[in-house]
Amino acid sequence: MLTNNKFRTLILAAAATSLMACQSGPSEEEIAAEKNREAEAAAAAAQAEQDRIAAERQRVQKAAADKLAAAKQMMENEKQSLVSMQTVYFDFDRSTIKPEFQSVLDKHAAFLVKNPGQNVVIEGHTDSRGTPEYNIALGERRANSVRTYLTNAGVSGSQISVVSYGEEKLAVMGTSDYAMAQNRRGVVVYN
Amino acid sequence: MLKNLFRQCSLTIGAAAAVLILSMSVAKAQSINEIVITDGMNNARPIAIVPFSWSGDTVLPENLSDVIMSNLRRSGKFSPIGLSDMPQFPTRDDEVEYAAWAAKGIDTVVVGSIEPAGRDQYRVSFSLVDVLRAQITGGESKSLVNGQLVLSNDHIIADREKIINSGDFRQYAHIISDIVYESLTGEKGAFLTRIAYIVVRDRDTNPLPFQLAISDYDGANETRLLSSPEPLMSPNWSPDGNKLAYVSFEEKRSQIFIQDIYTTERTRITDYPGINSSPRFSPDGKKLAMVLSKDGNPELYVMDLATKRLERITRNRAIDTEPNWSPDGKSLIFTSERGGKPQIYQVDLATKRTQRVTFDGEMNLGASISPDNSHLIVVNRTQGDYHIARQHRASGDMFVLTKTYLDESPSIAPNGSMIIYSTMHEGKQVLALVSLDGRFKARLPAVDGQIKSPSWSPFLL
Repeated sequence: MLTNNKFRTLILAAAATSLMACQSGPSEEEIAAEKNREAEAAAAAAQAEQDRIAAERQRVQKAAADKLAAAKQMMENEKQSLVSMQTVYFDFDRSTIKPEFQSVLDKHAAFLVKNPGQNVVIEGHTDSRGTPEYNIALGERRANSVRTYLTNAGVSGSQISVVSYGEEKLAVMGTSDYAMAQNRRGVVVYN
Repeated sequence: MLKNLFRQCSLTIGAAAAVLILSMSVAKAQSINEIVITDGMNNARPIAIVPFSWSGDTVLPENLSDVIMSNLRRSGKFSPIGLSDMPQFPTRDDEVEYAAWAAKGIDTVVVGSIEPAGRDQYRVSFSLVDVLRAQITGGESKSLVNGQLVLSNDHIIADREKIINSGDFRQYAHIISDIVYESLTGEKGAFLTRIAYIVVRDRDTNPLPFQLAISDYDGANETRLLSSPEPLMSPNWSPDGNKLAYVSFEEKRSQIFIQDIYTTERTRITDYPGINSSPRFSPDGKKLAMVLSKDGNPELYVMDLATKRLERITRNRAIDTEPNWSPDGKSLIFTSERGGKPQIYQVDLATKRTQRVTFDGEMNLGASISPDNSHLIVVNRTQGDYHIARQHRASGDMFVLTKTYLDESPSIAPNGSMIIYSTMHEGKQVLALVSLDGRFKARLPAVDGQIKSPSWSPFLL
């Protein structure tokens, strides 16, 4: 029994000893480790903060790029849709813009005002009636009335150049009324 | 001499082939040779061109009498009879049975012969025989020369003998035609002339669809001077027949060029903002009239070609275009819509005084003046139809010459006998001819593509 008790005491003593050892303060190694741990945590936190900022910056940049790309895409789309309605038609021997084409030209004007870096060439064309040289003059007058419409709508004159092809580049061959009407045209060409 | 120049042309054109994106070549394309006479043979005078005899044993390079016949036929003034209508085939005046021809109603006969005259050389002789006169004199008319009665042969209107090279057959046929024509009409022949014109091929399949071409007046010997991806317009001959002025859009805008047709060397004359249009050489070749819109709208200018100095001629808010010189070079006629619709006006270059000269029709455009200053040739629009018309300058009377469709770009032969112009036939632009009196009409069918803007050269010899 005694032996048993003694043993128990010993165990307790050992345990007490060990307790006493704790109470006597951390070792050098323990302190260093603790410091390391703290430094690492701080570093990690700083890193996390940095990462967060970088991510945020990246996010902002990407958002901006996306926005730009979207805008560019929108401009391209807008340009594409404008290219699909680049032609306005004229009456025989006339160069006045017909009312039904004003909304089309308004769209071109709005786009060109929004995109001052974008230049256009206005081509003037005529049907095959009359002489080629007179038709060069008539074609220029048609192209000029398109230019005047656009500049009146706020487009800078420096964005617009004009060329008359007269009857030299017919859109539709032949002498039907339809062909004649299709050939009397002004064309807004984006480059 | 002319022929030599053409040869020189071929060589230099070949050497200058690499100019920008424009290709220059002597592509001997199908000619616009096949003429279709549409009106006027009833008014023509019968004449016989008997096939020239050939005493050699080789094949001749060209059929002289065929070329002469077709020349005289397309002058509108003569109706050469066919071989089957000929009573005989004489080759010299003294073989002609005058009565046999007179019985056929033929009062003029051309006979001739060709003999070998050495390597690549041929002796060509011909006589133009007045059958009626010969019937009276029996071909043996006599006249007093220095107090002696000699054989005058006054029934022979013209005769020549000349040694030519194999390459000169066509040219010599044109010279014989000129002699026959002038002898019988009193007017200089225009068979030894050329035309310049624009060919437009299919734009979808041809990378260089716009072509500037020249050919003999009858469409033979076609030469492409220039091929371009962009339009070419308004060719006009210099008075010496060596150069062409024209408009090119090769830079995607209009510019005026002058090109030497023999060396193919070319000079850009204008590159102003806006229209650079309608170049026309003055009669002395020293100036170029043109239309520029650099000052706002189309106006007439005259450039001194030596100094490049420009003089502005018109000052008007309306369209002024299509200048053309009066034969004395002192005034320009032009198209202006200052009165509302396009009409022809004339401006004195010294005083700038301007007066309207056409009043008949809804529009008159593209005017030129006949070489003798007697007539104005215009494109007249009446009831929506565009036709070639002539206006007598003294009386102002307007006479519509053509019945074809969408007629434009009239150009007068240097002898004033014939007008070549562009018209629409079966949906294609082709060239057509009409005599100044309106009686003779013919069409030169296009073989490939549209043919437009013809310009008749001056006399070349």
